[in-house]
Amino acid sequence: MDIFSNFGLTLFVIVPALMLLGLWAARDVKQVRGVMVAGSSVLVALSVLLTVQFINLRAAGNTDEMLFVSSMPWFKSLNISYAIGVDGISVVMLLLSSIIVFTGTFASWKLQPLTKEFFMWFVLLSTGVFGFFICIDLFAMFMFYEVALIPMYLLIGYWGSGKKEYAAMKLTLMLMGGSALIILGLVGIYFYNGASTMNILEIAHNNNIPVDVQNVLFPFVFIGFGVLGALFPFHTWSPIGHGCAPTSVSMLHAGVLMKLGGYGCFRIAMYLLPGAQETWVPVFLILTTISVVYGAFSACVQTDLKFINAYSSVSHCGLVLFALLMMTQTSCTGAILQMLSHGLMTALFFALIGMIYGRTHTRDIRKLGGLMKIMPFLSVGYVIAGLANLGLPGFSGFIAEMTIFVGSFENADTFHRCCTIIACTSIVVTAVYILRTVGFILFEKVADPHYEELTDATWDEKVAVVCLIACVAGLGTFPIWASNVINGAVGNVLGVINM
Amino acid sequence: MNINYFQFFDMVPEAILVAVLVITFIADFIAHGKENKSWLNPLVSVMLLVSAIATLFVGDDQAVLFGGAYVATPANTMMKAILCAGTFIVVLQSRKWLSGEDAKAVEGEFYMLTISTLLGMYVMMSAGSFLMFFLGLETASVPLACMVALDKYKKDSAEAAAKFILTATFSSGVMLYGLSFLYGSTGTLYFADFAEALEVNAMTICGMVFFVSGLGFKLSLVPFHFWTADTYKGAPTTVTGYLSVISKGAAAFTLAVLLHHVFFALVEQWEILMDILIVLSITIANLMAIRQTELKRFMAFSSISQAGYIMLAVIGANAEASLASLMYYVLVYIVANMSVFAIISVVEQNNGGRTDMRAYDGFYGNNPKLAFLMTLALFSLGGIPPFAGMFSKFFVFMASVNGQEGNWLPYFIMFVALINTVVSLYYYLLIVKAMFINKTDEPLPTFQSDGNTKLTLAICTAGILLFGVVSCIYEAIQSACVASC
Repeated sequence: MDIFSNFGLTLFVIVPALMLLGLWAARDVKQVRGVMVAGSSVLVALSVLLTVQFINLRAAGNTDEMLFVSSMPWFKSLNISYAIGVDGISVVMLLLSSIIVFTGTFASWKLQPLTKEFFMWFVLLSTGVFGFFICIDLFAMFMFYEVALIPMYLLIGYWGSGKKEYAAMKLTLMLMGGSALIILGLVGIYFYNGASTMNILEIAHNNNIPVDVQNVLFPFVFIGFGVLGALFPFHTWSPIGHGCAPTSVSMLHAGVLMKLGGYGCFRIAMYLLPGAQETWVPVFLILTTISVVYGAFSACVQTDLKFINAYSSVSHCGLVLFALLMMTQTSCTGAILQMLSHGLMTALFFALIGMIYGRTHTRDIRKLGGLMKIMPFLSVGYVIAGLANLGLPGFSGFIAEMTIFVGSFENADTFHRCCTIIACTSIVVTAVYILRTVGFILFEKVADPHYEELTDATWDEKVAVVCLIACVAGLGTFPIWASNVINGAVGNVLGVINM
Repeated sequence: MNINYFQFFDMVPEAILVAVLVITFIADFIAHGKENKSWLNPLVSVMLLVSAIATLFVGDDQAVLFGGAYVATPANTMMKAILCAGTFIVVLQSRKWLSGEDAKAVEGEFYMLTISTLLGMYVMMSAGSFLMFFLGLETASVPLACMVALDKYKKDSAEAAAKFILTATFSSGVMLYGLSFLYGSTGTLYFADFAEALEVNAMTICGMVFFVSGLGFKLSLVPFHFWTADTYKGAPTTVTGYLSVISKGAAAFTLAVLLHHVFFALVEQWEILMDILIVLSITIANLMAIRQTELKRFMAFSSISQAGYIMLAVIGANAEASLASLMYYVLVYIVANMSVFAIISVVEQNNGGRTDMRAYDGFYGNNPKLAFLMTLALFSLGGIPPFAGMFSKFFVFMASVNGQEGNWLPYFIMFVALINTVVSLYYYLLIVKAMFINKTDEPLPTFQSDGNTKLTLAICTAGILLFGVVSCIYEAIQSACVASC
């Protein structure tokens, strides 16, 4: 059934809006949970349907750059339209987002107090995320991007733990700082592209922006999105932000929102400003290489489980930007695969950490130990997540990282090769901190006799963990469908960039 | 040549407002001394609403009357309708305050003073000569000082009014001095002739700077802002709301029109002047707002900063885009700010006059709906989508660099403004933090707001939610501006 043409993609924004209404009308926790499960299942179904239809349309020979494109003038005098469309990258991102929203619901099943308000802000956040991925008009994209930023303040500030007020304010202000830089870039792109349009397809194809202007605008847009994508040295909001956020908020933020940064860098900074490559790609390559290695080394010295995972996210999201900047077909495909894979893996990690923290009330790895005997389900889940994170074949992490490094190595010059080799060392360092953590908290003696009384996962937690492990393993053993979908889209984008 | 007095009837918005004023006077006369004056507020509110709508649809929105002294264009007619609608919201919200023991006796005066200032603003915006402009400006300023002093039993109010009228009179004096230079240089006060006769020399630049200083006082741009914090704090909350939105909006509109259409010969000079004023206003006001602990002073500094953003629209080269985004920003600012002031007012009245920020600690616990509406309004002021504030800020940024390709300075000013949006978000979030996150042993108890406040908040919140996403509002303003320029 053809539901996605003629603005059907707006369903991805309408369904969360309906969820908001449903949550507002809900009277007790059971109804809240019901609305969330129903809504997020519908979103997963929609994204799966979209993926299947997309693959079928491509197989039938449709080679348009974007599918299901619809456009409606919004602010006519300013040439702003509500323009939507998807290509392979957006399809994969929508799938990722819907899975994370679904599993996030189960991971926060027992959250107290003010469960209704929590899920309302959560759904508002996801509305922004879905809207960002379906839009192809710069103003609409930016609007949804900002919608996805502000609920973080209350979600972390109220429902978080530790230094939550500081973390919430730091995260919000730094991300808004990034948005401020993005606005400058967007307004510049609008006025200099000759046609005064906000539609990214038109801007990219016209390619009219003078190169010296592109060289000025590129750092603003790239750093603006890079703040969210954990570009060194603008990543400092991330460790404490994730460290203090509640579980499903961390899952959604590290799993999906940080990918908005990478997506924005690719789709807006690199796609619309290709002339700035020569000047700026080397600079940002150095910064992203530092991100990858610095994140990994920083994770080695952390003692808080969430901080370890947060720095790990800095490292892996840095790898996404690194691969995008390498600008070969393979490396960019690897970047998008890494976005998908890391999103799922980090969500799994945060979910498990949240479940462990909910039981032991500590995240300090020096105080935990021997949990394998007490909570076997969660511990095995944690081991699997760890192995996926360090790139064990059979899981999606291996596919993504292999593709990235093979693609990066295709650049024959010394500078790129050096960066690639330095970034490769992070694989080893990742293994260090993952295995170290696993060894500390799951094996060895039980640290605190009180832990003997703790229970293993409940059914809602099992649903979240099993779903994510299935996705990670599924993508790891059968990645070809994703790779094909992404490859086509990346080919189109790089073709336009190199025009 | 004899004056054709029937031209007064062609001044449709002003004629309607004079009729409203006369009816209010008679109504107050009838109601004077009576116990039950509860019909007076609905009467005035409805009349203002009707006049706002009538301004848009009745009569011809283009007119040149009295030999060019009065000029009506689609843009200023629409602006008059916007300001009248804003005044309707102010009067609607004022009911609770005016029914209290202290303010009961001055209810009628409040309405008449408000409508008089609004009339003055209409005349100021429609002026075709500097004399009419000055008449309008003074009519708009002097009754405001009386309104600020209306809380007769509080000495804060009298002090605020004294500071206001002294600064206002001094600014008018400086402005007249500048006008005298300009008149001396061109020999005419009528805008059309003046614009053509204007030359660039030291005397005219000096005159323009003094002139802009006078309007800068009304807009509370830095460094003409020193009266703002104390006046906003001392005045009754409803009057503060009126000052912060309506008075500012009228002055901003007038300044924009004058700079683009009357002073265009001096464009290079006033661009530099406005750049400096904008950067100072936004930055200094933001830095001072962070330190505030009392909500009305806080809103004063916030409104100084917002005035900087409003004037940011003016530095673009495209006059229509500048004016349209300015008017749209003022409209969105009216609904967001009035929402905040309505909540400050109702909290103040139900809690023994408390307006300090610590009073809002833990506000969500006992008054969740009010806290939520306050959050929406603050987010709109901070420029967060999907609220209208983001759209208005974005469009102002677009207008400020419109037509300035090759010139890096407007982009730099925009960059400064953008960094300051982050700072402003910090202090707006401080209130959100207080309401939702701060814990306190003695939060404000639950209270019910009165019907008028609920109606005001409903209207303002609808505006905050809809004015952005529903594009026809901006498009209507834009087409009015295009038709005028």
